[in-house]
Amino acid sequence: MTKKDGFFQSEFFHNFVRSPGAMAGLVVVLFFLLMAVFGPLFTPQNPYDIGTLDLMDAYKPPVWMEGGDPAFVLGTDEQGRDMLSAIVYGSRISLFISMIVVVLSCIFGTVLGLTAGYFGGRLDSFLMRIVDIQLSFPAMLVALFIMAAFGRGFGKLVAALTIVGWVLYARTVRSSVLVEKKKEYVDAARLIGLSPFPIIVRHVLPNVLTPLIVIATIQVGTVILTEATLSYLGVGVPVTRPSLGLLVKNGYDVLFSGLWWSSVFPGMFIMLLVFGINLLGDFLRDEFNPRLK
Amino acid sequence: MLKYLVKRFFQTAVVLFVVSVIVFCVMSFTGDPVLMIVPPNATDAQIAEARIALGLDQPLWVQYKVFLFNLLKGDLGISYIFKRPALTLIVERMPATLELVFLSVLISVAVALPCGVFAGAWPNNPISRAIMGGSLLGISLPSFWVGILMIFYFAVEKGLLPSSGRGTTDTLFGIPFAFLTRDGFRHLILPAVTLALGTLAMLIRLIRAQIMEVLRQDFIKFARAKGVSWKSLLFGHALKNALVPVVTVFGMQIGSLIAFATVTETIFAWPGMGKLLVDSINTSDRPVIVAYLMIVAAMFVFINFIVDIVYTLIDPRIDLR
Repeated sequence: MTKKDGFFQSEFFHNFVRSPGAMAGLVVVLFFLLMAVFGPLFTPQNPYDIGTLDLMDAYKPPVWMEGGDPAFVLGTDEQGRDMLSAIVYGSRISLFISMIVVVLSCIFGTVLGLTAGYFGGRLDSFLMRIVDIQLSFPAMLVALFIMAAFGRGFGKLVAALTIVGWVLYARTVRSSVLVEKKKEYVDAARLIGLSPFPIIVRHVLPNVLTPLIVIATIQVGTVILTEATLSYLGVGVPVTRPSLGLLVKNGYDVLFSGLWWSSVFPGMFIMLLVFGINLLGDFLRDEFNPRLK
Repeated sequence: MLKYLVKRFFQTAVVLFVVSVIVFCVMSFTGDPVLMIVPPNATDAQIAEARIALGLDQPLWVQYKVFLFNLLKGDLGISYIFKRPALTLIVERMPATLELVFLSVLISVAVALPCGVFAGAWPNNPISRAIMGGSLLGISLPSFWVGILMIFYFAVEKGLLPSSGRGTTDTLFGIPFAFLTRDGFRHLILPAVTLALGTLAMLIRLIRAQIMEVLRQDFIKFARAKGVSWKSLLFGHALKNALVPVVTVFGMQIGSLIAFATVTETIFAWPGMGKLLVDSINTSDRPVIVAYLMIVAAMFVFINFIVDIVYTLIDPRIDLR
């Protein structure tokens, strides 16, 4: 694969198009991204605007069931809120939080991992002790603890998920750097008099990007699941801006009065989204893992 | 070996110390516990008095010292809600959580081992592809949603299994367990399956990857050339070598099962320590939250320790330093 062949002639693109899993994952993820960006233009309701809700519309089943209303394709909840609109807005929140968290933890983790790996010494052992301790506790529990202490809210949720997220990137980047820094190109760069910063950024970083891309992709899905779980437990997003997880929780509260659709559909969208992301992640991992070829 | 054990013991103590500092500091920034204890109509003077009685007027490090010494004595404070020692509350609920986690472990190993080995040994078989697709779906499932589906289908629609509580229990060594009675076991099935699903899916993928990795190695080719049958090659040679990393990850997974039991217990109203944690978070019952975290942290550290020991027992190549 040479540069001048271009992306569409590359082996990567060739394999991607021929992998049913990767294509399906791409379609799902694109669908959710388009829905998150443009969805609110098409939804029949703004689910946060209490004024547009009508209690007369409450408890409507999905359109294909008896008593369904074509205006509310996936039915309505106990307040007359259209489930499809709620899901479109909820997916937006879930995706938005997860992408911010992944970007932030990737930046923090990479910077700390590069520094620790390249310079070694005390800083390295200190950072890696933190990473070890934190990795011996399940991320969900640490995030739950932070949210329990500081209360629900977007900023706190992003902070909590970033605090549990950065360690994975830091450890991966550090171990790649330890391998890279022994190679001749780093010695060569040092010999021509480059200082550590340009060596790290221009020479080492590009060579540790591959595992980073794989982890970040899979993490988008993991973070969505963790956020959904925290929101389900009542310590995640605020009640006024329900993510998909909180929608499931709200739906569960009325499950026993027969309103199954208000908890089943939001959960189905979480599953679909995370499944799509995992399909992509799986493909990338196999593609970038030289041992499997 | 003894030297290693002593070293590990000190490492463990340091980790638990760090955890106690973090838990103490983070929790002390949250809300004012005095307001949780005094009656709602208390005067300012009464509040100030309660603050001195609790030692909360002291500087933070003095408070931490008191907390640490009480912790070492096994005193983790009195629950604001239950008015009973937090430690007792957690220990009482621990058997319920442990039996749930234990059954989930059994289910996940019993399903993941054959599925993972099969998918690793015959990667191109359609059944293997189905197993892999299913396991990828399995790690994409939100566990609380699966619990809801289970309740809706098996309890509400079909009325086959109970959806909440622990049912009748029987005692074993003086500890009440649900799995000893028919009714209790029926209550255990749905939460245990729900909890097992994620771990199960993850284990399948791990075991498959390990089997495929081992089957590529030279000693397998050599054994085949020597005429070892495929069956004894797979179960004798490959499986034994593939399981070494699985044990480590599995130890981590038990920890994450205990963590995720909070979710499962909340959905199925299972009276374990996880549900107690979530309830305590919702009522800001600080002593119980702190006690839960300290106990669970000690459990995780202990599990990691056991995993390290098991690791060396099954793989003599690993040298304890």
